[in-house]
Amino acid sequence: MLTFNTLALACGLYVAALFLIAFMAERRAERGRLGILRSPLVYTLSLSIYCTAWTFYGAVGYAARSGLEFVTIYLGPTLMIVGWWAMLRKLVRIGRTQRITSIADLISSRYGKSTSLGVLVTVLAVVFTTPYIALQLQSVTLSFSVFAESTPDAPGDARATALWVAAGLAVFTILFGTRNLDIDERHHGIVTAIAVEAVVKLVAILAVGVFVVWGVAGGPSEVFRMTEASPIARWQMDQSRWLTLTFLSAVAFVCLPRMFQVLVVENSDERHLATASWAFPLYLFLMSLFVIPIAVVGLAVLPEGSNPDLYVLTVPLAFDQDALAMLVFLGGFSSATSMVIVASIALATMVSNHIVMPIWLSARRGGATVSGDVRNVVLRSRRIAIVGVLALAYLYYAMSGGGAALAAIGLIAFVGVAQILPALLGGIFWRGATRTGAAGGLIAGFAIWAWTLLVPGIGEGALMSQTLLAEGPFGIGWLRPQALFGIGGIDPVVHSALWSLAVNTLLFAGLSLVGLPGAVERLQGAEFVDIFRYSGNARGWSPATVEAEDLLMMSQRILGASEAQALFQAAARGQGKEGYLPDTTSEFLERLERELAGSVGAATAHAMMGQITGGTAVSVEDLMRVADETAQIMEYSSRLEAKSEELGRTARQLREANEKLTALSVQKDAFLSQISHELRTPMTSIRAFSEILRDGGDMAPETRARYSTIIHDEARRLTRLLDDLLDLSVLESGQVTLHRQIAILGDILDHAVAATENADSRLRILRTTGDERLVLHTDTDRLSQVFINLISNAQKYCDAEQPELRIAVRDDPEGPILDFIDNGSGIPKENQSIIFEKFFRVGDTRAAGGAGLGLAICREITARLGGQLSYLPGQGGAAFRVALPPRLRQPAQGAAE
Amino acid sequence: MIKRVLLIEDEPNIIEAVRYILSRDGWAVDTHADGASAMAAVLRRVPDVIVLDAMLPGRSGFDILRDLRAHADPAIAAIPVLMLTARGQQKDRDMAERSGANRFMTKPFSNAEMLACVQSLLAAPTP
Amino acid sequence: MMGQPPRDGAPPEGLAYRRRRLTDAARLLPMVGAFAVFLPVLWAGRDSPTPDPAGTAAGGLYVFGVWTLLILAAAALSRPLARGDGSGAGHGPDRP
Repeated sequence: MLTFNTLALACGLYVAALFLIAFMAERRAERGRLGILRSPLVYTLSLSIYCTAWTFYGAVGYAARSGLEFVTIYLGPTLMIVGWWAMLRKLVRIGRTQRITSIADLISSRYGKSTSLGVLVTVLAVVFTTPYIALQLQSVTLSFSVFAESTPDAPGDARATALWVAAGLAVFTILFGTRNLDIDERHHGIVTAIAVEAVVKLVAILAVGVFVVWGVAGGPSEVFRMTEASPIARWQMDQSRWLTLTFLSAVAFVCLPRMFQVLVVENSDERHLATASWAFPLYLFLMSLFVIPIAVVGLAVLPEGSNPDLYVLTVPLAFDQDALAMLVFLGGFSSATSMVIVASIALATMVSNHIVMPIWLSARRGGATVSGDVRNVVLRSRRIAIVGVLALAYLYYAMSGGGAALAAIGLIAFVGVAQILPALLGGIFWRGATRTGAAGGLIAGFAIWAWTLLVPGIGEGALMSQTLLAEGPFGIGWLRPQALFGIGGIDPVVHSALWSLAVNTLLFAGLSLVGLPGAVERLQGAEFVDIFRYSGNARGWSPATVEAEDLLMMSQRILGASEAQALFQAAARGQGKEGYLPDTTSEFLERLERELAGSVGAATAHAMMGQITGGTAVSVEDLMRVADETAQIMEYSSRLEAKSEELGRTARQLREANEKLTALSVQKDAFLSQISHELRTPMTSIRAFSEILRDGGDMAPETRARYSTIIHDEARRLTRLLDDLLDLSVLESGQVTLHRQIAILGDILDHAVAATENADSRLRILRTTGDERLVLHTDTDRLSQVFINLISNAQKYCDAEQPELRIAVRDDPEGPILDFIDNGSGIPKENQSIIFEKFFRVGDTRAAGGAGLGLAICREITARLGGQLSYLPGQGGAAFRVALPPRLRQPAQGAAE
Repeated sequence: MIKRVLLIEDEPNIIEAVRYILSRDGWAVDTHADGASAMAAVLRRVPDVIVLDAMLPGRSGFDILRDLRAHADPAIAAIPVLMLTARGQQKDRDMAERSGANRFMTKPFSNAEMLACVQSLLAAPTP
Repeated sequence: MMGQPPRDGAPPEGLAYRRRRLTDAARLLPMVGAFAVFLPVLWAGRDSPTPDPAGTAAGGLYVFGVWTLLILAAAALSRPLARGDGSGAGHGPDRP
């Protein structure tokens, strides 16, 4: 008979062996000899942490109670991974390109790098994982107790065993789970140890199976016969449970934090997924192949009332197969430990990245200058989180009394974790999914789950009284936890899954449909949903140096290759290191942020650095797209720079020239089209009326006169247009000759006012002649042309009752400034920028007779004279400012006196 | 029955010329100068033929034409349209065709041709 | 004749076409699997009128049979899919 001490010793030796394996794997990885560590085999085996002690021991118990239903727990994941191409492949690609560190990170990152969503998912994960870990502790102590019953030297208290196990696991996890802080969050030591444990548990269950089928029953056909004769011979299927459990386990396979960790985060090569797509179902197949035979034999052989959850262990013991029992014990121990290790790493990563780091960052920004290594903070917080999670699980185990209540936790956790599904699926397949939707769905689903399943399930009268279960809170019947809206009689798990997921999905979709996502959210949405369009091939990552190297890569593209390299080299030298890759200390990150802010602006630079310090690793491509245009140009030119500075410049010049030519050609087309229109319109009238006159017929003399006048007017309009066009083309080509002479501004204005004098015009012109005594050296005819144009514009367009034009003159040190301000309704804001374009006219003003070239000509003239013509908004009416170049002081003053 | 034409054009002199030419031939001529409210003018008194300028303030002739062709009432959607443009480039002609113009003329036009064109539209409304 | 690919280098369109059908099959597989897995719901119900249409033993054989077929199908699909996916060449943007 095995003694407790032998068992404890075997356990100790086994754990020591695991330590050794993990240690050696880490060493190999550090030396870059990954080899088998990165094989699809190890990846597939690491997925086996799906099979916890709950399934290792519990499956047989489950089968002994409800027959075939246990198989749904394995069929769900089988369907999920067999269909890897549709979903898991996308998830893994997103995880790799976006450098996702946990499921909370995925949700947070997808919905605009939201801190609150990260916190939410982390809290959820802690809530449903802690009891699950407690369940593992229970199964280990339970298997110990099987042996303890018959041995006198066993410690009396099962809780002590649980405490030792929890402490040992905490040490192991901290040693191998928080040794380093890689940007890819991969733990080779742990993954390798888990792969070994996967083999141990498979071998153990297969050994028991073979023993039972051929050693006890006497062959497969005997087993078949025994099954037919057993209490579970009839397949008592509960259809709704069959469907729901298959679905839930498929979802749990992806959404459980520990599964996400091994499936996505620890994935080193997408192609491993292809192998796992058939190898992992095979593993599950083998794990469950002998479950029914063991259950049938256990039911037949063991005395009434023995715990079916321990058949795997007690059947070999009943036949005095000590070695086999030992193997089974280690198999169960493996199942429990591997689950606890990965689950606590996954939780610790979430807690440190989504709860501790945001708090730490905000505290640091708060003023107290806590300088130090960000990495240390992360590692320390992870270690504390691991201890905290295990302590919580132990407390939970100790307080729940380790009874049968715990066994129900497995399915309860599955329903809880399924609440992440809508946000996850929506996140990777629907661009319209928003943060509000995700948060709303999660919170509602979680609340319903807690109300309908978690609290009634773990309490059994402890947290929720029987009356409350039977009558609802305050006697409100339709709120009864296990019969919402009065729909009772359903299996509690199915009931809870149905309501929580339905409300969750509905809220998620509804809030997403009505809400408006932010910019980062939309960017991330596009990145996640269209991941295969954006990301190139899966990239291999080299460990340890990736972080600084990525920063350098990004900085090179933004700062320029030589500057970035110099900056990094200087920082590395400051830390006493050779080469270009300094440790990413907080000082260095701060300095880098300042440097980057100079190129891409403070906000983007801060976002970049904020993401890195927040632990949500940044992807270079992602940031490149944020700083879209600038970054693209810089990326382009820096690439040219690398080839040849000279070549780059030539290429840029060519490109600019080409762009200019293209723009000119487009402009020319538009201009010709405009001219054609402006010429053809008067010609149409001329032709039409001249044909009418030529046709003769009886026509009143006044009509005839009218039509002749129209022809005459339109002909004049044509001439004016041609004059303007010629004028403009001369001005634009720069061939104009200016006849500069000394003149007084007031005289030029007098001339312009006189030229526009018109009997029809009611415009009153207000001048302050005292200010106008400025001596200019300019082309007086041209300047007067500008003034005439501005005054006649006011005559035509000023729509006030008593139209007035105020001409204000100011002698600025920069040069004289003339403002022409009328009291009309002015020019609408949207037109102010285009009034100087050729052929632009405000409103329907054909009657005014201009071709829309006047202001364009005026602007050209003022530019030729060295000044500037601009529209002056906010003056009540239309206002134009003519800014002239500085006056020559000496002769000006002499002439003025 | 009096044949009714609606002229949508913003140049007053051209309006006067076209009105003269068509009234002399016995047409009732309505005119409208604004692009934005042109559809309303069509619906106010449904014409037999529309003469439509391409460049109008408010809304381009092409857009108005597309609106017309997409109108729910098949009788209104099928009103024959002569399109006038002063730009006279091939792409304008293509665009007019795509928008559903039955005929297309470049300004300046001959009065006789314009009249013949409008008359032909009434005779054979399909393009 | 027509299905025969040329000896040296099949036309890229043909390859891409094959590959797209292969990915279709990969997407279809879980649905076929789900159908087969959910099929017992129809005959193994607790309240089924017939006395004992399928026992645990026979049902087990069915479930494990389906399982075996799924594993074989996944294994057959995984190899060509992984080969094409890793190289990255020869297939355009993929929209799942």
